[in-house]
Amino acid sequence: MESWRKNPVVFWLLNLPPAFWLFVFFLVPLGIVWVISFGEKRGVIDIEITWTLANYVRAVEPLYLEIFWKSIVMAGIATLACLIVGYPVAFAIAFAPERLKAILLIAVVLPFWINALIRTYALIAVFRSRGSINFGLEWLWEQANALLGLVGLGELALLGEKFVPVPLLYNNTAVTLGIVYAFFPFMVLPLYANIEKIDRSYIEASLDLGAGQWRTFFSVIFPLTWHGVLSGVIIVFVPALGAFFIPDLLGGTDSQLIGNVIERQFKSANDWPFGGALSFLLMYLTFGALALRAAVSGRKQGLEA
Amino acid sequence: MAEGQPIIRIREVTKRFGQTVTAVDDVSLDIREGEFFALLGPSGCGKTTLLRMIAGFETPSEGQILIDGQDMSKVPPNRRPINMVFQSYAVFPHMTVADNVGYGLKVTNVPKAEIRERAEEALELVKLGGLGGRKPDQLSGGQRQRVALARALVKRPKVLLLDEPLSALDAKLREAMQLELVRLQHAVGITFVIVTHDQNEALSMANRVAVMEHGRVRQLAPPSELYEFPNCRFVADFIGKMNLFEGRVAGISGEEVLVEVKGLGRFSLPGEGEASGEVGIAVRPEKVRLRREKPDEDMVAVHGKVSEVAYYGGSSFVYVTDETGRTISVNLQNEARTAEPGVTIGDELWCAWKPRDSLLLST
Repeated sequence: MESWRKNPVVFWLLNLPPAFWLFVFFLVPLGIVWVISFGEKRGVIDIEITWTLANYVRAVEPLYLEIFWKSIVMAGIATLACLIVGYPVAFAIAFAPERLKAILLIAVVLPFWINALIRTYALIAVFRSRGSINFGLEWLWEQANALLGLVGLGELALLGEKFVPVPLLYNNTAVTLGIVYAFFPFMVLPLYANIEKIDRSYIEASLDLGAGQWRTFFSVIFPLTWHGVLSGVIIVFVPALGAFFIPDLLGGTDSQLIGNVIERQFKSANDWPFGGALSFLLMYLTFGALALRAAVSGRKQGLEA
Repeated sequence: MAEGQPIIRIREVTKRFGQTVTAVDDVSLDIREGEFFALLGPSGCGKTTLLRMIAGFETPSEGQILIDGQDMSKVPPNRRPINMVFQSYAVFPHMTVADNVGYGLKVTNVPKAEIRERAEEALELVKLGGLGGRKPDQLSGGQRQRVALARALVKRPKVLLLDEPLSALDAKLREAMQLELVRLQHAVGITFVIVTHDQNEALSMANRVAVMEHGRVRQLAPPSELYEFPNCRFVADFIGKMNLFEGRVAGISGEEVLVEVKGLGRFSLPGEGEASGEVGIAVRPEKVRLRREKPDEDMVAVHGKVSEVAYYGGSSFVYVTDETGRTISVNLQNEARTAEPGVTIGDELWCAWKPRDSLLLST
């Protein structure tokens, strides 16, 4: 903690470039957007900063609140799905043999090597009516029909005249699945790190004291990985809340999330002040989630201390 | 107590890890009801693996473990009538002391009122009464260990297993805890099986000790027998300090074996009739006396120069190097109160002991 005082040259040498970077490319643009959010549009590109609150008033209109709420719900569902699927995966990796562990971890991280946009496009190829899943279903339909034909029921067309593709794309389910797919590793990694850290003797002690496997999981393992669960939930929930290209590509007309609305203000709608106001509302919401997390873990620590 | 029925029977148990590592190698032993049993050995001797097989965390590659007459091969850890105190204590950090102690009862659906009563009783027993509301991180290491003890004892197991229970405590606390464990064992009358690498712990607490090396039991005996009559060089060297000389058998007459050791001459000592050829002759440092003059003929004696004196307060170890370069350690009790050391480095002395105080080791 004190070492930067002892060696200020090294400290500044190491910290100045990142500090400069953060300042110029993060804090300054953020400040600009904040200032703009109090401005008024005067022309195609002219914005006058009048310190009006009109943008914020407009941002809390029921129309936008509804979209905010919907974004929260969808991000929440996606986060929960990530947790439910991710926990067993993280658990399996943590308890896998040492050599398999590395391979499994790479398998989880591997999708990161491909651009998120491309991965989302790939999902379209999977979900669309002439996509992998529907092809698979069609094949099953044909096989079932052939089977029915064999037993002499082919004439009845029990399974319909023609295979009808299941509409998997351009709806809220597709968006949720897309978010789960995109942020899944963010859930698995902190969970894995936490589960891995548990002293195995806690688990053995629980078994030794007469608890079964399930009891041990819910009474000992899960509570001990609570911090990992919280981290995973926050890390997935926050970006999921602001997701815009996933609903853009996978969603239907009613799948607009707040991220899409904001994006539109900065691009096609060309209403930067309003976009800025929405952005900051979203950010305050995110801060709220983080504060909640800090409060929860702070309370837990308070109890432990 | 020593005449109790066997509560744990270990029969020809072998445990292999992978192709090459044999952690426990064909061990057979009985642990009797109500005794304080110690598994003693250097690290890697297989003692912990044996304990973990009794607890059910490892399965024997071969052989059988019976607890109270029941074969345990198909019984998972949570259904065995035994409990364990872990080396790290494994006190659940997210539960209070009382919840920790009550955990083993709660998971087996003991009524709430009874849990509270028994948990309190168990905490009383380990002298932690009134601390039930604390969290583990508000306790000292010694207290946490007591929680682990209470948590295991509250289940009223047939056997309590203790894996290096004192290794994390400082010297003073460790000594107090040794006495405490013996007191506890008397109070509850449960069989205790302790794993330790510390011979003092094993000797001071246990009724019987199994000394292990390379996965095998070298000797199983009460502490005094282990110390005075070790059956092999390993046990002689591992338990306490020992002066070891290489010699050979020169003749046998009845119960006595005549041995010859270079520099010590010939003398007879009690021993088995089968001894022959090269043997080890051992003598404990406290059996050796220091003399200024040449001792009587009936003593084994060797002349040398004091090379080092280690002062331990109650006693001192004097190291005497003889003409051949062998070093003999001698334990002197500091009986009289004086600041003057009795011997100093460079003193020329005789080390002497009675022939029958030395020990014949053929293996």
